[in-house]
Amino acid sequence: MFNTLQEKFPLIQKFALLGGIVAIYLTAVGVVITFSLRNLIGTFVSLGHVFLVLGAVGAGVLIAQQFKDEDDASTYVAGFLTGAMSSVSLILFNIVVQLFVVQASEEGVFHLREMFVNFSPDSLAFLTFGQGFLFGNVLLFFLFGLMGLLGVSFIRLPEKIRRGWINGLIWVFSVGLFSENVSQVIRELFKYSGTSFNKILFTQKALNPVAAIVLFALTFAFGYMGIKTATSQKWAAMPVEKQKTGRIVITVMAVIFVAALPWLVGLFLSQALFIIGMYVMMGLGLNIVVGYAGLLDLGYVAFFAFGAYTMGILTTTGVLGRSDLNFWTALPFAMLVGVLWGVLLGFPVLRMRGDYLAIVTLGFGEIIRILALSNWLAPLGGGAQGVLHIPQPEFFGLSMNSPQAMYYLVVLGAVLAAFVTIRLRDSRLGRQWMAMREDEDVAEAMGINLVQTKLLAFSIGAAFSALAGSIFAARLGNIFPHSFNILISINALALIIVGGLGSIPGVVVGAIILIGLPEMLREFAEYRLLMYGILLIIMMIVKPDGFMPEARRRQEIKDEKDFLTEQAAKSEG
Amino acid sequence: MAMLEINDIHTYYGNIHALKGISLTVEEGEIVTLIGANGAGKTTTLRTISGLLTPREGSISYLGNDITGVPAHDLVYQRMAMVPEGRGVFAKLTVQENLEMGAYSRNDKEGIARDFERVFELFPRLKERRKQVAGTLSGGEQQMLATGRAMMTSPRLLMLDEPSMGLAPVLVDAVFDAIVEINKEGTTILLVEQNALMALSIANRGYVLQTGQIVLHDDAAALKQNEMVQKAYLGMD
Repeated sequence: MFNTLQEKFPLIQKFALLGGIVAIYLTAVGVVITFSLRNLIGTFVSLGHVFLVLGAVGAGVLIAQQFKDEDDASTYVAGFLTGAMSSVSLILFNIVVQLFVVQASEEGVFHLREMFVNFSPDSLAFLTFGQGFLFGNVLLFFLFGLMGLLGVSFIRLPEKIRRGWINGLIWVFSVGLFSENVSQVIRELFKYSGTSFNKILFTQKALNPVAAIVLFALTFAFGYMGIKTATSQKWAAMPVEKQKTGRIVITVMAVIFVAALPWLVGLFLSQALFIIGMYVMMGLGLNIVVGYAGLLDLGYVAFFAFGAYTMGILTTTGVLGRSDLNFWTALPFAMLVGVLWGVLLGFPVLRMRGDYLAIVTLGFGEIIRILALSNWLAPLGGGAQGVLHIPQPEFFGLSMNSPQAMYYLVVLGAVLAAFVTIRLRDSRLGRQWMAMREDEDVAEAMGINLVQTKLLAFSIGAAFSALAGSIFAARLGNIFPHSFNILISINALALIIVGGLGSIPGVVVGAIILIGLPEMLREFAEYRLLMYGILLIIMMIVKPDGFMPEARRRQEIKDEKDFLTEQAAKSEG
Repeated sequence: MAMLEINDIHTYYGNIHALKGISLTVEEGEIVTLIGANGAGKTTTLRTISGLLTPREGSISYLGNDITGVPAHDLVYQRMAMVPEGRGVFAKLTVQENLEMGAYSRNDKEGIARDFERVFELFPRLKERRKQVAGTLSGGEQQMLATGRAMMTSPRLLMLDEPSMGLAPVLVDAVFDAIVEINKEGTTILLVEQNALMALSIANRGYVLQTGQIVLHDDAAALKQNEMVQKAYLGMD
């Protein structure tokens, strides 16, 4: 064992350094200390702790992967060593803070905190767990060692235990993180008895420690017994007839779930669901342009703005009103305007490909926003004041003024968009798009009219965006130019990439991850873009085809792997 | 009347005068080859004929119709097919789907099924790999696929751009055998090649291009004996 460790010590050093860098980075930019306000279990474990040990756990995982062929004992020792050594960076951090911040006198020449805000006594106290400088640092060292072990355990434990272990941890983490939302759901479900149930489950907006242990035990057992695999095996063994009815049952249950969702989660989350739905609609539209037709469009927000402004101007009861159309009668016009501008943008960029197209569309998006802001168009769109007093849609005389009602509208729109997307994908037009995406010249040589195909992609994509925009306008009641900044385009693009380019379930998953999660973790909005960036980088390295890749992409990556192994075998043989 | 007749075409890339008055004819049932060095204008000629480029002067007629300036996607319906340089298969579609895309312009189900069989007869390798994604095929297989896909448009005139480029010698033979086979079944072939020896050995006639102009035109056998051609393109002294 000693020999293995000695031999692989450079690796241990390398990963410990890596973990240490992650830990000190997250601490120094303030992620750890900010997130320490969000308790997960009682007041003992917070989200800040999770971020603190992320590097050490990651280093443990990496070490376990490198020690695949070694025995258990040396792997675990290596994991512990790696984790513990990665704490060195933080111990140095503590020493610096102790020397230059805590002990530095008022007249001290050197004020570190003027440059590094997070080199604070608060950080020091958090990192030493309030146990004093000396003991705290020793504790930190050993804790990180344990976290290295944790990382190893994710890879190294026997399969059944490992499954239960990971399952349990994920459940406790998720329920702890969203304890407010979970308790809200329980309250809605069970009314008064729910309230008392919540008192047992949660304290201080976090899981009760005892409840956490029970939850862990339960979910561990589920994972251990492999309920999920067993169910899928049973499912596969079922006759086709039964599977058919089963599928219908599942669909019905899913529909009921989606319909009941806004009433379960309360007003605030209904608003979040509404926004998710809106982005699903936009993502589906952009998916046609980028995923199917391969035209990288960074100015997608422009069509969203056209939809919103058309809806606003046509229906507003304020001074800018141009007609007395209501939401439903204005909707077709809003979409039509989106289509027209899709075609208008499409024409000049017909001959552009790839990067050039991206830059032009980026400019287009900005131009539209600046025009909306300008005095020149103020008589039409209100300039910086925007369009006010946009009435909410009515449904058989009932005003849809609650987030819940608007949620249904947005779900309807998203379902429509998904249906149209699926039908188009499997149509001749879908094939035209895919051929064009792969090779424009060859597509043309096969008899595909590129002009028509491109313009159709732009205009159909634009129509969905305009639809989302008009619902957005009706929901908010007023719209301002600065709502239509480039971040919306980036969000829409990022969510289809994270979900899996070209995949429809991927759009939903991407929207939940990139739009829903930040809405639920609102208090940490300032780190939103940082997390975004990190998530995107990790995704591109670990899962370049997205969370729910399109069947075709999956096949392609599998074939590529087969191809590479075949080549490797050839060159060896 | 010739099947394809090109009359003094001039094509430009921006301000660059790429084709300086090319005239050539292809008769029905022939294999005609264009040979020449890099940058001589072979590919430009093919792209101009197939409608991907528009000539500034001159005219092209095909099956008796003037097709100057007709876009590429319309020419497919007049049964003219082109296999572009660098093969250009749809890398992310499977072999089967690539061939289906080839039949994009057609509606006759039976004819399409028949042509599927025909392509698989010509290239048995494609049949073995019909479910595989095209981007993972070897270079030779991709060339076979691109040729097969062009055959799926059921062309009367098939134009190939550098089919031998980047292929192992044994695969070059296979591809050229297939071209001869396609020609025997009644498709006229216009072939652009750098591998002049290979091209002249299967062609009926050949044109030699140099800096955008045709400098020589003769029967393939005669070209093979021509001193200038031997020196410049066949590597003989």
